[in-house]
Amino acid sequence: MTVSIVDYGLGNLGSVFNMLRRIGEDARIVSEPSELAASERLLLPGVGAFDVGVDRLERTGFADGVREFAASGKPLLGICLGMQLLFERSEEGGARGLGLMAGGSRRFAAGPSLRIPHMGWNSIIPVREDPLLKGVEDDNRFYFVHSYHVVPDDPAHVLAESDYGGRFVAMVRHDNVAGAQFHPEKSHAFGMTVLRNFAQQ
Amino acid sequence: MSTVSIEEVPVETTSANPAPASERSMDVATRVIPCLDVADGRVVKGVNFLNLRDAGDPIELARKYYEQGADEITFLDVTATVENRATTYDMVRLTAEQVFIPLTVGGGVRSTEDVARLLASGADKIGVNSAAIARHELLSEIADRFGSQVLVLSLDVKRSPRTESGFVVTTHGGRRETDLDALAWAREAIERGAGELLVNSIDADGTKEGFDLELVSAMRELSRVPVIASGGAGRLEHFAPAVKAGADAVLAASVFHNAELTVGQVKQALRDEGISVR
Repeated sequence: MTVSIVDYGLGNLGSVFNMLRRIGEDARIVSEPSELAASERLLLPGVGAFDVGVDRLERTGFADGVREFAASGKPLLGICLGMQLLFERSEEGGARGLGLMAGGSRRFAAGPSLRIPHMGWNSIIPVREDPLLKGVEDDNRFYFVHSYHVVPDDPAHVLAESDYGGRFVAMVRHDNVAGAQFHPEKSHAFGMTVLRNFAQQ
Repeated sequence: MSTVSIEEVPVETTSANPAPASERSMDVATRVIPCLDVADGRVVKGVNFLNLRDAGDPIELARKYYEQGADEITFLDVTATVENRATTYDMVRLTAEQVFIPLTVGGGVRSTEDVARLLASGADKIGVNSAAIARHELLSEIADRFGSQVLVLSLDVKRSPRTESGFVVTTHGGRRETDLDALAWAREAIERGAGELLVNSIDADGTKEGFDLELVSAMRELSRVPVIASGGAGRLEHFAPAVKAGADAVLAASVFHNAELTVGQVKQALRDEGISVR
């Protein structure tokens, strides 16, 4: 099914688009919220600061558009900042997120051996079965680059964790709405598997 | 990286500091980064600018290293003249269409507009070097607009009695010394928002005798952001000591271009030393 990628002025849309095409999935970039109704799969990318992301979503009209899409029951995946925006808040700023999941993002606590941002290839540990995780349950490495991580109020929303100075949440799901803190579009073969799972689930 | 770079040498040394490798950064894999010095759309190698030799097509080489398991690719535009910028944007765009790992691009980045164009072309991180030396505020401007995660401070460092730390920042591929103490400059850059340090040792560069481990250690000690070690890699046994000195990533150019080593061999050598790799 065609994956629609939200263009709200943040994030490396091209990389997500390129990878979907490389694995033979249809993808298109949507720049108008009115295009969302006809979308079957929605991908919310994002790189940058939380408040900037919220501001861009609101100014482009995508904040309401994405909420309506989520209410339709069709699959939605947020990546990196796009995942953090699914929640209510973030320590990084004062703006209100989309609120599709309860909770917010916290900053990693820097320590003598803990570099911030968390940058590089790390493993994820699935905590429940999920179509998105098919094929990456055991051996995997994904590319992360972030200073904040989500803390869902409801532990049942946690799909996978990772370890960086302690466990943190690497993937979430609440019904049809899911998120990945890492960048599948920059994660070579394992990233391709996750995006294929999303396109085909 | 070779010493050909005029402008931005994205070399990062890493943490020399505290924790042993086993405790460092928990499960994050040590990155192995091939660096491609590019002039007029071709990969070049050489010492200083005197004997640049053609080393191949950047897109083909990037794809080859990607298939070998490279964790990132760094492009360094060593000519970076106004007229060949378009070539650089095309190269980044074409590479990003087929190489699905992070791409860092440095060389000739002078403004936030340059950064915006490179990111739009498909770069994930941007190496900044001499333009930031000329105008320190450039670092804050880039970090404020795009976030620290895109900003790599590239330093070409030489040993010198002229600075307090004994390390000085150079420009023009190491041929001109600035007045900046390399450690003080790294510290300032991090305060201004640099998300990573690419530390290239001009003394070690081209020697193939190993990384400057003291420089790596010194940078690690002051840095709370990741450090990439660059300059001097010649043999497989050179890589693990740089990581143990504190590097989060190791960067090399000629050993890969000359096919003396593959990315896979470097990773195996690290793994044999108990270092986590992807």
